[in-house]
Amino acid sequence: MSWEPLILTFKLALVTTLILFVVSLPLAHWLAYSKSRIKPVIETLVSMPLVLPPTVLGFYFLIAFSPNNSFGEWLQEVVGVQLVFSFPGLVLASLIYSLPFMVHPIQSGLAGVPGSLRDAAFVMGKSRFQTLIKVLLPTIKPSLLTGLVLSFAHTVGEFGVVLMIGGNIPGKTKVASIAIYDEVEALNYGTANFYSLILFGCTFFILLMVYLINGGYLKKLGR
Amino acid sequence: MMQIRIQKNLEGPSGPMLLDLDLNIEKGQFLTLYGPSGAGKTSTLQMISGLMRPDHGTIYFDGQPWVDISKNIHIKPQLRKVGYVFQDYALFPNMTVKQNLVFALSKNSSSKSIMDIMDIMEIGNLQSRKPDTLSGGQRQRVAIARALVQQPQLLLLDEPFAALDLKIRLRLQDYLGEVHRTYGLTTILISHDIGEIHKLSNRVVSLEQGKIAKQGTPSEVFVGHNLSGKFKFKGEVLHIEKNEVVYIVSVLIHNEVVKVIAQGSEIENLEIGDAVMVASKAFNPIIYKIQ
Repeated sequence: MSWEPLILTFKLALVTTLILFVVSLPLAHWLAYSKSRIKPVIETLVSMPLVLPPTVLGFYFLIAFSPNNSFGEWLQEVVGVQLVFSFPGLVLASLIYSLPFMVHPIQSGLAGVPGSLRDAAFVMGKSRFQTLIKVLLPTIKPSLLTGLVLSFAHTVGEFGVVLMIGGNIPGKTKVASIAIYDEVEALNYGTANFYSLILFGCTFFILLMVYLINGGYLKKLGR
Repeated sequence: MMQIRIQKNLEGPSGPMLLDLDLNIEKGQFLTLYGPSGAGKTSTLQMISGLMRPDHGTIYFDGQPWVDISKNIHIKPQLRKVGYVFQDYALFPNMTVKQNLVFALSKNSSSKSIMDIMDIMEIGNLQSRKPDTLSGGQRQRVAIARALVQQPQLLLLDEPFAALDLKIRLRLQDYLGEVHRTYGLTTILISHDIGEIHKLSNRVVSLEQGKIAKQGTPSEVFVGHNLSGKFKFKGEVLHIEKNEVVYIVSVLIHNEVVKVIAQGSEIENLEIGDAVMVASKAFNPIIYKIQ
């Protein structure tokens, strides 16, 4: 029994969530306001991880990043990263896998803000960026919180992609969900139960906080 | 000061519609756009402010080209420095009243003007409140104040008082008239309220299906509409009182309270707060100069 898989899981989820937040803001902003013809295609691609079996995603990552083909080789030789069976590879796969969980709440939050708020900021001489930071994001705080938490929780819960591209290397790619599978296969039910209980408790607590905050229950208690 | 010649294809309520305008606006003018919904009034304001791009045409402001589609000129709304009061007020919900005004302030101007404007609009006591705790009339005052903080030369108002009840509307019209004069603004207002138009504006442009149907002073445009020589005023019932065999109804017309004698049958379905028309048919009214 070791804390390593749990620490690795939360480290992966944290890194993924932070990078996703930065990546998803411009993407969601574009999706919410663009009238471009290629928008449906981009929307489809963003939503694909929702329906695609994680193993499909993992399989293609494995093929693409394998040092046995030219792209993987180029990555390893020139860029100096090995994405297969490594932590950076896990992060990249998790980014794609959890993308819709961050983009969708932010996109629908932005789409729900009355257009006149943006227009008002524009006629006051504020740029798109200033408008996003000062007006739009503070207005959609609940959507941001939902996006952050869902991405985090979803990354904690991933299994298929991680197993395909990361394998099962202790300390590097063996996250909690894989450790549980491993321990059950070895009939170590006690250890599996230890990991499972902690994940169960953590995800329950995180989601509960979202519903409490977005539902305004905490404010009511404070009164 | 401002020449507008624009064309834009719009989706009207009854299918596609071409908005086609040719307007010259003088400095200091208070112009009202009047007409049924879907006539292109809001689109006109959006094209003047730069929030919508016309298909063809030009807009010149003080000799500067804001729009010249044939030369591919379309100045961004950020650079036009237009004050715009939106129909839904568009106050930023994450900021207090004061923060809303400060946000509208351009980089190099002093915040002293904020205090003056808060005084004129009488919102100083609301400055640390969030918009969602304000009443409709208070929000509208903040919205107008916020547009003034930008120190615009041109103020655009999209049906600013439509959602407010009569008494507050009359107060706000006074505020608006006052700021128009105090700041020497050129103002374009969208309004459906003929009383409001008479009170505030010196020019009316009546739009129908994207075209200018009529324009001129309010009396010229609305002749035959409500200036039929009869006495006819819109008002609100404030109070109904029985006085022996008749009833005395107090009606608020603009900001005057008038008492009208009514029969029992006339007040049967009248309630306090009802909008009513007070008219006189057979009498010749007396007219005399005041002061």
